[in-house]
Amino acid sequence: MGVIGAGNFGTVIANILALNRKVFLYTRNEQTAARIKSENQHRGYVLHANVEPVHDLQHIARHCDVLFPMVPSVHFRDMMRQLSPNLQPYHILIHGTKGFDITLPKDQSLETIAKLSRQQVKTMSEVIQEESVVVRVGCLAGPNLAKELAQRQPGATVVASHFQEVIQLGKRLLRNDRFQVYENTDIVGVEIAGVLKNIIAIASGALSGLGYGENAKGLLISRGAVEMVYLGRALGGDLKAFLGVAGIGDLVTTCNSPMSRNFTVGYRLAKGEKLQDILTDMTEVAEGVNTVRIAKKCADHYKIRALITDRLYKVLFEGMTVEEALEFLMRYPLNADIDFI
Amino acid sequence: MELLEEKKNKNRKYEPILHGIPDWPVYQLSKNRKEFVELVTRQAIERIKVLRPTRKQLIDELEATAYREQNRIKRNRWRVDPKDDSRFWSYIKNELVDLSTKAHETTDAVIEVLLEKIVSRYANEIAGNFKPNSYRFTREVVKFWFQRLLNGARVKKFGAFFRNQYTLRDKIQIVGKVKMLRDLARKGTVVMVPTHFSNLDSILIGWVIHAVGLPAFIYGAGLNLFNIKIFAYFMNSLGAYKVDRRKKNLPYLETLKMYSNLAIQKGAHSLFFPGGTRSRSGLIEKQLKLGLLSTAIEAQRNLYQQTPDGEVRKIFVVPVTLNYNFVLEAPDLIEDYLQVKGQDKYFPEQDKYGSIELIRFMFKFFTKGSNISVSIGRGLDVMGNYVDENGNSLDPQGRIIDTRGYFISNGSITDDKQREDEYTRMLSQRIVSEYHRINRVFASHLAAFVAFEMWQKKYPKLDLFSLLRLPEEDLELEYEDFRKVFKRVRKKIYELKDAGKVYHATHLKGKVDPVIKLGIENVGIFHLKRPLLINKKGNIITKDLTVLYYYHNRLVGYNLEQYI
Repeated sequence: MGVIGAGNFGTVIANILALNRKVFLYTRNEQTAARIKSENQHRGYVLHANVEPVHDLQHIARHCDVLFPMVPSVHFRDMMRQLSPNLQPYHILIHGTKGFDITLPKDQSLETIAKLSRQQVKTMSEVIQEESVVVRVGCLAGPNLAKELAQRQPGATVVASHFQEVIQLGKRLLRNDRFQVYENTDIVGVEIAGVLKNIIAIASGALSGLGYGENAKGLLISRGAVEMVYLGRALGGDLKAFLGVAGIGDLVTTCNSPMSRNFTVGYRLAKGEKLQDILTDMTEVAEGVNTVRIAKKCADHYKIRALITDRLYKVLFEGMTVEEALEFLMRYPLNADIDFI
Repeated sequence: MELLEEKKNKNRKYEPILHGIPDWPVYQLSKNRKEFVELVTRQAIERIKVLRPTRKQLIDELEATAYREQNRIKRNRWRVDPKDDSRFWSYIKNELVDLSTKAHETTDAVIEVLLEKIVSRYANEIAGNFKPNSYRFTREVVKFWFQRLLNGARVKKFGAFFRNQYTLRDKIQIVGKVKMLRDLARKGTVVMVPTHFSNLDSILIGWVIHAVGLPAFIYGAGLNLFNIKIFAYFMNSLGAYKVDRRKKNLPYLETLKMYSNLAIQKGAHSLFFPGGTRSRSGLIEKQLKLGLLSTAIEAQRNLYQQTPDGEVRKIFVVPVTLNYNFVLEAPDLIEDYLQVKGQDKYFPEQDKYGSIELIRFMFKFFTKGSNISVSIGRGLDVMGNYVDENGNSLDPQGRIIDTRGYFISNGSITDDKQREDEYTRMLSQRIVSEYHRINRVFASHLAAFVAFEMWQKKYPKLDLFSLLRLPEEDLELEYEDFRKVFKRVRKKIYELKDAGKVYHATHLKGKVDPVIKLGIENVGIFHLKRPLLINKKGNIITKDLTVLYYYHNRLVGYNLEQYI
């Protein structure tokens, strides 16, 4: 087994996999690998004895048939390009990255482009297939806060793939008495659900920053879920993925975790801070900020009504205040609760 | 007009890659027909038992089969059906009814016998019967008469009838990766998958295979074709096996797939139309039937399993598009399509075109203008990766891939039906995108597309059906407007071609007016009611919008609508 990317989630997944077998944990940086090895811990997690830190991609591709890429979405394609020459059709890749990959024309940037279609927006499983010969691809998604997983609190994930073989393999490798693994065949839907929920997480932080309570949050989560379904279907996902562990499950968790980066962005915005200041303060990327941009431009392209995303876009990039956005949403005439089933 | 003639045909004559017919895999197969049919029967039975493991499931399946077959005989009988059909299925049904009174051991024995009888009957029906003499004879007759017709009509001189100035090669252009196809047929087994627009496709493609010097292929041909005598003769001599689309029962489908699988494994180059049936709408196939396609993947995996290490004969999938100005059956096909649009239902095969109509059409085709072109696509492996001329599979970066790896799990080759179903789906998507890429745009396709889209744009509030109901007298396009749009869309097609997303015929280039004229003259050239005409004022009119819609569909799928 090999895990690519020694972030929080990658490290914790390596530990879970290591319960019954030897696992390589890849990190880009030679020093980091050496440090993890000598200290036997990383990011505050003690490593299982079966985990071996490495920094050679070729090495892990040669020695592992199954790889778990857990790399931030902005680096994912580059990582795949480096890994690709070492991959063979027998490899199986199960990724755990929640984010989109964007390919833009040379003279455009994410800020300047008006609309985005699925030509430009790819999920990680699609990147894997574009960049390598690997076809047996899966993804992990769900309410998986690394910290709680490390403490062996009860939790669950979804393994999604078009291939039963991959799903069963993922289950066999990950499942334990504290970690439940569910199956889904709609890999793109599951991936999209995992990405879109970050938008709602920012909104949830904003409500919290305004000092509102549980009613407001209930409203946000349920309407947010509906919006995810609309957007997700336009992007090629199936409804079911959004109702499951990787959809509602992950959404509720993220909207209730004040420690999460996306939540924090929303919270501080509501307190009147500027996005630029918030982002410079943060050491790691809040994926949700980019996701709002992408989702808004996709919604425009596919002519989807995505009110929360749209208002959030205005708040983040066009100077609207959180109060104004909220007022707009509360006044918007909507009648049907659920109209997609 | 000279400019508009196709570029001097580069199609040279190809030497056969295997000289003696006795070397041909298809001949080997039919020489040992009896053994082969037995092998198919045996293996198909084995497979059916795996799929229906319990006694109860097997009985249910056989009962369903008998029920459906009797229904078919009652409702939808064809001339080719064997005379004893009705007797055979009543016998099976009676035997099944009697089962309930018997003990388990006797039941098992009876089921075994019945299954054997059914599968062997199917296998015998499916199996082709390639006869070298009849193949040679047909080939010569076709060549001789086609040549006579062509020359008689085109060279207006006394005695022209017996000249050989024009050959079929001038009429039917074969473009694309011909050399690669020949290379691949030497190195491995070719599975050719053409688009399907007309019943004539079968004969056309048979000629193409011969013309590029390949041995005869085994052919998955619709059993309905065998209702028409002239076709039946052609198909039999070409080595066709029969696919009966009325039979959807498990034993039949498994027997058919096993036949194709084993023939491919034995190295017989194969051909079937993966669209399953003629495209009703005139659209290039978007959804393929996965059954026969899956046999290519399965056969490749079987070959790898039989030879765990060492060289294995590779299977290559070659997409082909057939490009016509005219489809004989267009008016009926599009009627079918419109009738069932939105409903998923079986199209009853109505072949109104008997031998006489076909001969008449052939005569018109050879004596008037209107060429056909056949585009041969680049070879793919069974996973849809491109291959090079040596048959190596390549990844998008051009690195060589070992196809065997796709079937490996945990270090060894495994038999995983779900995985192969998924591979089949991926392969079919790949073939569809290759169809669009190698499709060859004719002036007539473009004229039909532009005219129909312009009319549609003129009536944005009308849905398709209301639009088609408009009286033809109300439809007239100013020539100048049409010309402008035609030019604009043509430019987009050039761009698509440069991006490697489509091909176009050389006649599409040059001054726009003659190209439009050529296009309009050729859309559905032999229909009684012409889909496009130029009236006295020089404007564009239609006599049959529905048929125009059919021809227009050929260019749907390239997002060209936005440039109208």
